[in-house]
This record gives sequence, structure tokens and C-alpha cells, in this order.
Amino acid sequence: MSVRHALLALLSQGPTYATRLRLDLQQRTGELWELNIGQIYTTLQRLERDGLVREDDQGGDTRNFALTASGRDELDRWLLTPASLDTPPRDELVIKVLVAVDVPGVDVVDVVLAHRQQVVEAMQAFTRIKASADSDDVALAIMVDAELFRLEGILRWLAAAEVRLLARPPARATAIAGDGAHHPEVVR
Amino acid sequence: MSAMLELHGVTKVYGEGAAQVTALRDIDLTVRVGELVAVMGPSGSGKSTLLTIAGSLEEPTSGTVVVNGRQLAGMAYDEQAHLRRTAIGYVFQDFNLLPGLTAVENVAMPLELDGMPARRAQAVAREALAGLGLTERVQHFPDDLSGGERQRVAIARAVVGDRRLVLADEPSGALDSVNGESIIRLLAGIAAQRAAVVVVTHDAKLAAWADRVLFLHDGRLSDRVAAPSGVESLLEPGAP
Repeated sequence: MSVRHALLALLSQGPTYATRLRLDLQQRTGELWELNIGQIYTTLQRLERDGLVREDDQGGDTRNFALTASGRDELDRWLLTPASLDTPPRDELVIKVLVAVDVPGVDVVDVVLAHRQQVVEAMQAFTRIKASADSDDVALAIMVDAELFRLEGILRWLAAAEVRLLARPPARATAIAGDGAHHPEVVR
Repeated sequence: MSAMLELHGVTKVYGEGAAQVTALRDIDLTVRVGELVAVMGPSGSGKSTLLTIAGSLEEPTSGTVVVNGRQLAGMAYDEQAHLRRTAIGYVFQDFNLLPGLTAVENVAMPLELDGMPARRAQAVAREALAGLGLTERVQHFPDDLSGGERQRVAIARAVVGDRRLVLADEPSGALDSVNGESIIRLLAGIAAQRAAVVVVTHDAKLAAWADRVLFLHDGRLSDRVAAPSGVESLLEPGAP
């Protein structure tokens, strides 16, 4: 997610100062998204340079920032722009599982199961955040849900991988990852 | 906290000869009061069999089941039925409420079956329903309740009368994910307050509410997977 747009969203509620923005951002994201004050300032400066934010002199001693009209336009545009749903080109977990098929002395099913454990523990950690939050903290619940649904998808993929690996005939056991390497012309 | 449910070496085999199917293999499991345990696994992995055996609705082929310190094997039929009514509560995916009875009558029924006078049973049932936020719904029939409300009535029925082993089979299977979450939240609260709760589910988002998540595969239960030596490097985040 873009820090730029998160800041624009916060500023749409009225002018405020950098430290406040940092706290609000942390609170809104259940402290999952920690940014230092330097990152906030750098982003604000860039937003100011692009004319999306301006300094607001109502703040007295502290530097207040306010959303400009084009900042508001940019926020509205971004909210409705389809997000990229592409998977990362080289998903680390997918590669670990594929590579583990060929590592001598490693049972790939054990690798799958170990990652499953890790994903479940991550889901438990996110759920604890949700369980301890105020029941009316909808923003937090929505954000934690996004993580939980994503992790659930990984878990289901691992379960499917486990079933495929357990069902594969013994002779083919080491050939899965090897196919591409032995037949480079097929990959091309 | 004390162990409310213990399974020792439980194996369940159905059928004979070529048609023989082993649903559970040598299962050991202990669940204490205060704990919510989730059991996950693909369909046919033995999840429901595990629950019916834990709830004394079925007998294991071998191994022992101990509920609240009492071994089920060798217990007389009546004694087992009494234990089921007083110590064990069940929650099913499709709620299993009796359509001709109101919410409060559904919840009061196990108490009345156990000999409690109707008036007293209804008072206790009312209290259980109130505890689950259903004060306004006690006189409604199941058909007049939403899915989430029906399941809350079923949970009230499962815990009423100080039953401290709650067994839930896909308790939110028929509900959307937000309603499903409120059901598992209730079960987690009940576990924390006074019960041992076992939930069987295929939904990892619900299982994540549990203190322990166990996996059943091919009749075997695994909680933690010991990584063999050499595998650690593959598990480190950021490892190439």
C-alpha cells in the first residue's frame, strides 16, 4: 500500500502535523505498519513538491500540512483505481517448495508442513490483534481480514501441494522440479 | 486447569476386509478447561469421527477416551447418556434445533431431560440465552431467527447447565464469514471462561481463533512438525 495515499487520506479529514499523522497511521493499521517520522516527512515533502499537499500556517509553532484540491483529486482517483492483483513474479514460498523437491535429504512434504505451521501461527497472531481490538474498530478488522484472507489462500495452496506431493508416484518423485532444467527448450 | 478431555491411542476402523477404512490412527489428545482447540483437515480426514468419539456418540476400535476424569469404556449405557447430557455440549453446522420449540424451550430441553423441573429449566435457559445476547429472542421459533441467531441458540443449548466440554462440528459452516466470526468469538469466550472447546473446521480463519490448531491427515493428528535437519535454511525468511 502506498504511504503517499494513506497520508492524503488522513489529511482529507483536516490539516494536521507530521507526528499526528504518524500516530494516526499506526493506530489505523493496528500498529502493523510502523513508519519513522523521517519517512513521514520525506513523503510529505514529495507530496508538497507535487502540489498535492501544502503547508498550512494555522498551526503556530508546529508545521501543519493540508490537502490541496489536486491532492483531493488524486486521493479520489487512487481510491477507485483497480489495485494490481498480479502475483509477485517469483513468489519465495513457491520457489522454496519447488526447490525442496530436489534437495537430497529433505522431504518436501516436511517443508510444506513446516510452512503450514508458520502460516497458521501468523494467522493466530493477526486474530489475536482482532480479538483484543475494540469491537467498533471496523478499519482494523477490515485490515486484519485482508491479511487473514491472504494467508488463508497460502494455506490452501500448501494443502493442495501436500495432496499432490503425497499422491505422486515414487518414480516421478524427483522429476517435478527437474523437468525444466533437463529440457530448457521446453521452457523457452 | 484440569484436563476435560483425554484421548489415548484412539483408533477407529470401519468395515472389514477389503472394505476396511481406518478413520483414526493412534490419536493422543488432551484438552483442558480454558482451552479452545481447532482441528483442521480435508474432508474424509476423520475430523467428524474424532468429535463423535470424543463426545461418546461412538466407540473407538481401540484406545481410551476420558471425559472429565472418567473413562468412557465400561461405563453403563445410562451412565454414558447422563454424562453426555450433563458434561458435553454439541454444536452442529446445521444448528439441529427443534423447529416446533421456541429458543428457550430448545435450550431448556437437555435440562428437562435430565430431570430438572420445567420452570427452573426455562429460567436457566433464559439466562444462557441472555448471556449470548438473545434476550429479545427467547420466545422466537427457529424459523423466525437468522442463521447467526440460530447458531447462538444452539451454543446456549450446548453450554447450558454447566457443561464444560463443548464439541463443535463446522459451527459456522452455514454462515457468512462475519457471522461465522462472531460464533467462533463466542466459543473462544466460553472456553476462556469455563470450558474445554474443540472445534472441527476447514476454515483456517476460524481455526486461527484457537489456542492450538491441530491437523488431521489420513487419520493421524499432528500439531507441530519437527523439521528434519538440513531443512532450516529453507525455512528462514529471506533465504534464497
